[in-house]
Amino acid sequence: MALTNEYIRQRLTEKFGEQVTNFEEPYGMLTFEAPKELNLKVLQFLYDDPELKFRFLTDLQAVHYPDNKGRELAVVYHLHNLTDNIRIRFKVYTDIEQPDVFSATALYAAANWMERETYDFYGVNFVGHPNLKRILNVDEMDYFPMRKEYPLEDQTRIDKDDEMFGR
Amino acid sequence: MSDVLHHHIKLPEGSIGKQTTTLNLGPTHPATHGVFQNILELDGERIISAEQTVGYIHRAFEKIAERRPLYQITPLTDRLNYCSAPINNMGWHLTCEKLLGVQTPKRVDYLRVIIMELARIADHLICNSIVGVDTGAYTGFLYVMQYRELIYEIYEEICGSRLTTNIGRIGGFERNFTNTAFEKIEKFLKEYPKVLKEFENLFTRNRIFMERTIGAGPISAERALNYGFTGPNLRAAGVDYDVRIHNPYSSYEDFEFDIPVGTTGDCYDRFLVRNQEMWQSLRIIEQACRKVQEFKGAEAEVYHADVPEYYLPPKEDVYTKMEALIWHFKIIMGEIDMPPGEVYFPVEGANGELGFYLISDGGRTPYRLHFRRPCFIYYQAYEELTKGAMLSDAIIVMSSLNLIAGEMDA
Repeated sequence: MALTNEYIRQRLTEKFGEQVTNFEEPYGMLTFEAPKELNLKVLQFLYDDPELKFRFLTDLQAVHYPDNKGRELAVVYHLHNLTDNIRIRFKVYTDIEQPDVFSATALYAAANWMERETYDFYGVNFVGHPNLKRILNVDEMDYFPMRKEYPLEDQTRIDKDDEMFGR
Repeated sequence: MSDVLHHHIKLPEGSIGKQTTTLNLGPTHPATHGVFQNILELDGERIISAEQTVGYIHRAFEKIAERRPLYQITPLTDRLNYCSAPINNMGWHLTCEKLLGVQTPKRVDYLRVIIMELARIADHLICNSIVGVDTGAYTGFLYVMQYRELIYEIYEEICGSRLTTNIGRIGGFERNFTNTAFEKIEKFLKEYPKVLKEFENLFTRNRIFMERTIGAGPISAERALNYGFTGPNLRAAGVDYDVRIHNPYSSYEDFEFDIPVGTTGDCYDRFLVRNQEMWQSLRIIEQACRKVQEFKGAEAEVYHADVPEYYLPPKEDVYTKMEALIWHFKIIMGEIDMPPGEVYFPVEGANGELGFYLISDGGRTPYRLHFRRPCFIYYQAYEELTKGAMLSDAIIVMSSLNLIAGEMDA
């Protein structure tokens, strides 16, 4: 039997009850949310379950929503079941003041650098990561550049001396 | 005697007990083909551990993209995997089209397939011939380079540039393929198989090449999946996962081709898989050319979808018609609002699954854009692949993984 979004949803609700929420299907991909304390439990369940078999971590990244008080940072996992060829998206939200999320490195070796990248740009603190340090930016950097409070330079600014370099 | 020696040569404290050497390979070593740094701990010539440093050419594309309208992001994607820029461009256009709900005509899909498969050949050809160079065989590289040049000429004929192509637009191509372009593609299809055969003759059963590559940097299918391998590297380990088959895009479902797979996932298998993929790509291009020729009359002139909100009107209309001028202005100034939504769109890049995760909040620029860059993800396995290997193996493992610094560092 081919795996369907409805079936995955049903299995998740059976297992985690009310804790998995916000089921959506933007452009056909099942998307849902769980409390951040549960992220490893959900991932492990999706990995181990003989029917679900989401054993391929396609991608992991964060998104910053500065207006969502208490849940500013979203960590997004894209998982893929290669046997039934179905993808899902799983999100956990965390407070920006205490951005601790459990690391998925024990489950997926691939998560190592993806989590380092997410930490590097958003400051998500992955608890249990073996080597959580900056990866693409310089080690001395003391802020997380992809957060929304760091806008790109205004293209129309005029206070810069552009005699030499132009604008 | 030892007293005398110590008197003349002052060795640093504790150095006599040290058995291993630390070697800094890169970031600008000629054998690393790009800006990679590896700090290798060596016992003689054996590698005990490797630590990779990436990020030397990080250019903050994801941040820049948050301030740009969709069409201005295409040039950023060029600079990810610059060996096969058209695949990145097409992947990006397809992502936008999915978000915006644009349907492309079949002819556009087939033209895209031609250009993407040419790019795949160009990429594999570079990668495999560089593996040859790193094993000490320079000739193959020079043989095939002439045909990469021909592929670049085809790009040039279609879009005007060669390396960072910015090819295509949302909804189609900026102009129709010229007859010269088709002639060059024909020429390529006619001549390249012979050269590829010759290239294979040089390497595939070459004793020295086999000795160097068989067993170098092997990975099991299970580990490869756990490490997030995709593309030829995963297929060399024996997993027949190909985005073109699993999530067909741009009408790949209309084509007949095979997925070559290896067994051991070592450098030799990766080499064979890439070679076979070039043959498959040739098959696809041939089929696509035939399909393109089947269009008759007005259909044979179609090269973009009819989406005035996203596709620039012809210049002569801009100067003479009010509506065209308005659309032109709105598109160029980036004043078109996107529908809100989130899209993940994968394409089969030349070195793995290239994914675009685009979140739109209904504004004019992406709220968040993330590139799933295949080689960033599988480069993590480098330490595991080279542990216990010889130093010279570390070099060919690196080149046979098809690591592209531009893509890794985004």
